Amino acid sequence: MKEIISNITKDYLNRLIKEGKRIDGRDMLEYRDLEIEPGTIGPAEGSAEIRLGDTHVIVGIKMELGEPYPDTPDKGVLTTSAELIPMASPHYESGPPGKDATELARVVDRGIREGEVVDTKDLCVEEGEKAWVIFIDIHVLDFDGNLMDASGIGAMAALLDATVPASEEEELGDDYELPIEHVVIPTTFTKIKDQILLDSRLEEEKVADARLTVSTNEEGNIVAMQKGLSGVFSYEDTQECIKRSKEIGEELRQKVLDVSEKDKV
Amino acid sequence: MGSKDMDLIDEDGKRLDGREYDELRPISIEAGVLKRADGSAFINWGKNKIMAAVYGPREMHPRHAQDPSKAVVQARYNMAAFSVPDRKRPGPDRRSVEIGKILSEALDEIIFVEQYPRSTIDVFIEVLEASAGTRCAGLTVASVALSDAGIPMSDMIASCAAGKIDGQVVLDLGKNEDNYGQADVPIGLVPRTDELTLLQMDGDLTEEEYEQAMELAMDACHDIYKKQKDALRERYSTDLEEQEFEEIPQEGIEEG
Amino acid sequence: MSDEKDEREIILPGEAVDEDMKPGRGTFKRDGQVYASKLGVKTFRSGYVNIAAQSGRYDPSEGDKVIGTITDLNPSVWMVDLNAPFPAVLHVNDVPWRVEYGDTRSYIDLGDAVLIKISNVDEQKKIQVKMDEEGLRKLNSGQIIEIPPSQVPRVIGRNGSMISMLKKYTGCRIFVGQNGRIWIDGNLEGQYLAVKAIQMIEKKAQVMGLTDIIESFLKEETGKEFDDEEKDEDTPPEEDE
Repeated sequence: MKEIISNITKDYLNRLIKEGKRIDGRDMLEYRDLEIEPGTIGPAEGSAEIRLGDTHVIVGIKMELGEPYPDTPDKGVLTTSAELIPMASPHYESGPPGKDATELARVVDRGIREGEVVDTKDLCVEEGEKAWVIFIDIHVLDFDGNLMDASGIGAMAALLDATVPASEEEELGDDYELPIEHVVIPTTFTKIKDQILLDSRLEEEKVADARLTVSTNEEGNIVAMQKGLSGVFSYEDTQECIKRSKEIGEELRQKVLDVSEKDKV
Repeated sequence: MGSKDMDLIDEDGKRLDGREYDELRPISIEAGVLKRADGSAFINWGKNKIMAAVYGPREMHPRHAQDPSKAVVQARYNMAAFSVPDRKRPGPDRRSVEIGKILSEALDEIIFVEQYPRSTIDVFIEVLEASAGTRCAGLTVASVALSDAGIPMSDMIASCAAGKIDGQVVLDLGKNEDNYGQADVPIGLVPRTDELTLLQMDGDLTEEEYEQAMELAMDACHDIYKKQKDALRERYSTDLEEQEFEEIPQEGIEEG
Repeated sequence: MSDEKDEREIILPGEAVDEDMKPGRGTFKRDGQVYASKLGVKTFRSGYVNIAAQSGRYDPSEGDKVIGTITDLNPSVWMVDLNAPFPAVLHVNDVPWRVEYGDTRSYIDLGDAVLIKISNVDEQKKIQVKMDEEGLRKLNSGQIIEIPPSQVPRVIGRNGSMISMLKKYTGCRIFVGQNGRIWIDGNLEGQYLAVKAIQMIEKKAQVMGLTDIIESFLKEETGKEFDDEEKDEDTPPEEDE
């Protein structure tokens, strides 16, 4: 089932954006208020609750011992899943993750994996035999646009909050903080008519032609990108997005580190 | 119920977490916490954290599942992967399907379902953190979410459990008490009439112990009922002076 | 408008409404006692005690003027989303034009917004709407925003005071549908301001002296001053074609 929006409201939003205005008065490349609360979920090894405007996401980290992948026998395993549960939107349905949930999980996963956020070598217990498997589970409770960033930033904050539960296993020593090497921040832009908007709300996503997620690390390098929806970006558009992603990424990164009470990695 | 291999009550009669035999874990409820849902509520009960959302009444899909005489109440109980010490695989298992079914039936009783033929009232119960008693906390918070959604009901349902640990009947089993205790009786109560809409039991109880347990649980449900109402009053208590209520006189539902 | 004083206290489902009156909307009677069936406030009208719902979806009732969006059509009817439990049916016989069989789409297209009136709600909760009355029409410009239907009275205000103030300061044409959809048309600045003010009403719905707060906000934003106390009814907008 699709989100319903009337033709006149669509026209109005397009007109407004053409004039350089947004429905909530933000500048085109301005972010909404972002609240990050790490450690809200007791049973999880790490967690973070994210409120981005009215979008509300919880990310939990669980760890178990398992087998390393054959091609990386000396590394731990990272796996990301997302559930768009029907609580979050009248248009989400029960059942196994659909295309949107799968894309969301993979985009978040890509940023963390390619950005080498976690030092997975430190998660190997016995080469080729035993390693920690890290499950990143994204639970969307309320959907008001930009799930990519809410989930990606939530995953980052949850990883920074995580502890490896080594003491629960025999002969593995004490618990230790999950080793984090980089802090990757995704930022998502949409294109509506000829304007580029950062951090779109649901109403804006309903009329968006195209979407671009850019994930950057603390060195300002790009570690993952994803273009979505059927519209297009020009090469110049992507340059503009990357430039803004680096700036806002720096601010958001500091915020994530501040709430995690961690120094710069 | 697990076998007894752990002391659950100390010499002073105090339980592992310092509670008396007839004491509930701390409970706080907040109504109207989500934007998209038609109604919602969040409950913090001991170490349980549960969110409930209501959508509806809305058109039932698939069509052949519609009931031309009433709304179908569909409660879905789901545990987040990170809600328990060992990660839960996402998706329904036999336990959550059963709980969803009995909670749907419990809620159906208080909802005026005949007012909305062919429709569904969806109740989503998401367990974010689980620590014994999630079905009771889930039913309690779902009732608040239903009120918040403006669903017509004859009452709310308050729910909690009583059980037996170390041979003694106690209220509201905590996690270890649930694992190592001897019996658990979760109930759902319609406080206005003291009728039971949910009742399960597992373990081993004498008839007298059952009666003690029910007395404890039913009393506690009335306390929980107050907390449910407080949460809703807090959300809606308002100065309503600005409003104009236009009303069309219309017959209500007459019932025996 | 009220013939007796209404109480301003939240009543919850299952709570006794201890009045010696007939059970009206949002109530039920058991063993001689009237109870609330919905969260709301008590109102008294011609011997009936009612509960005016303070939350929930739109519950369609005959005669309501509402704003809908076309979600589907076939040669003789349009299906209209009203934010109600079910879509409503708009038949070609109930529009102000003579529509040839199969020609529905050239009059009202998918996604078009319409200002319509509920003509019937049957026992199966099937909803029929009509557009062939004065003031009812297809909406061709402006925008539609949504508020909870229970807050419609707040946006209208006592005797239409709030809505007429909004119109006055923003220069917009505004129509509040009973289903919580609000149509706003005017220049961009005016629309923008109207939306902001309505969002304030929605958020600050629980504050004393709301009308004054909104008025000072509108004064500040527009620099306009109005001293007259005229109030108008929330009449449907006139044709703009």
